[in-house]
Amino acid sequence: MSIFDKFKAMAELRHELNELNMDPFGVQIDRIISPTEGIIHGQHTILAGTNNYLGLTFDPECIAATRKALEQEGTGTTGSRMANGSYSGHRMLERELANFYGKRDGIVFSTGYLANIGMLSALAGPDDRVLLDADCHASIYDGCRLGGAKAIRFRHNNPEDLAKRMRRLGEHAADTLIIVEGLYSMLGDRALLKEIVDVKREFGGYLLVDEAHSLGVLGEHGCGLAEESGLLADVDFIVGTFSKSLGGAGGFCVSDHPELDLIRYTSRPYIFTASPSPATIATTRQALRMVSTGSHLRKRLHENALHLHTGLKKLGYKLCAEPSPVIAVMFDGKMESLQFWNDLLQLGIYVNLMFPPATPNGSFLIRCSVSAAHTPEQIDTICEAFSKLRITA
Amino acid sequence: MIEYKRILSDICDRLVSLTKGHFEINENTQLVEQLNLDSLKIMELILDVEDHFDISIPVNILREVKTVKDLVKQIEKLSCGEE
Repeated sequence: MSIFDKFKAMAELRHELNELNMDPFGVQIDRIISPTEGIIHGQHTILAGTNNYLGLTFDPECIAATRKALEQEGTGTTGSRMANGSYSGHRMLERELANFYGKRDGIVFSTGYLANIGMLSALAGPDDRVLLDADCHASIYDGCRLGGAKAIRFRHNNPEDLAKRMRRLGEHAADTLIIVEGLYSMLGDRALLKEIVDVKREFGGYLLVDEAHSLGVLGEHGCGLAEESGLLADVDFIVGTFSKSLGGAGGFCVSDHPELDLIRYTSRPYIFTASPSPATIATTRQALRMVSTGSHLRKRLHENALHLHTGLKKLGYKLCAEPSPVIAVMFDGKMESLQFWNDLLQLGIYVNLMFPPATPNGSFLIRCSVSAAHTPEQIDTICEAFSKLRITA
Repeated sequence: MIEYKRILSDICDRLVSLTKGHFEINENTQLVEQLNLDSLKIMELILDVEDHFDISIPVNILREVKTVKDLVKQIEKLSCGEE
């Protein structure tokens, strides 16, 4: 038996895609032109699958901050913060994130994935219990696995199911960590946060909300679902990423718990990873300032999301959730969704194709992510492409 | 503690229903290799089993579950309070 035998199913899928001359999971953007346009296969393409919700990747002030940091502080930190030291920017960003959320302190990780892995592997050890929404991101499952916690799932967005499982834990419920996401990345639906907080109030426990897709998107100041719901004080840990609305790379956690600082000394994914580069920190700090004053960007984003959602709904597509910047269209089978994804690309529209097991309920999804930087004309063009394919389907 | 035989019978019934009666199922049946249950179907099964037996099944124990017997033994342990 070879160590490569486990890749057999993946090799077969890769072979199948090669035969079809399609590569939905390895798309190369030959040249990026703007937050919403690029050249793919030599063709000008509208990008509607990038999670660039506020369109800040080409913002002149973010670019200027990045350039200045590069020139003044160099290209990289060449090591981890524990072993090789923190730069002042790391700590300033942590303070700014804490202030942004009105929390006591913050901690920065090198990616969003590492933020979940780092927090959960340190917080939830083999004697701890975690109750996580079934549709939580892979990084949450992986963090629980690394820490060895007893991770128990509850049915997606089902507070009654959560309550039932909390009740089952008896005296352990009061020390259980509940995990949900602000905006679920696959379907674009929001956590029923108020009801989930009610469960926490009834049974005790701690609540972690991953706002990866809702930071910059929801709430008056763009903090996410917890702010929009008026429940920031009820959330023990807010985790997020810099790689979506903030247009950079990295992740964070903010909390009122003073023990957050001890994560720095107990979280292996924090300790043993190179820290974010000065350029990354500088662009993130600038983008964070723009998010907190960026209600005009959020307004445009939600107008665009509604525009696309309404357009696709009118065309009769089966949409997975109410309007949000993540709009997922459900398809019945693998080949149908694959062909549709490829046809959209031929028409100059790049979106995401999602297959099980990354999707809920074994569904096949064409997933669009809308940006504040999309023009109404671009949204119309996306709708026209869906319309053409609907007619020929 | 729930009796092994009862758990086995209930699990087999559930698996027959989940696989639409396409397979003959016994203690030694392999969940993934023989029944072709993917991770999502196994997760659905676990949520149902938790409710049926009123127990909590941590997802981490599933790494040790290959056969119907493995699953039944884990449920038996969890039902008597072992973790």
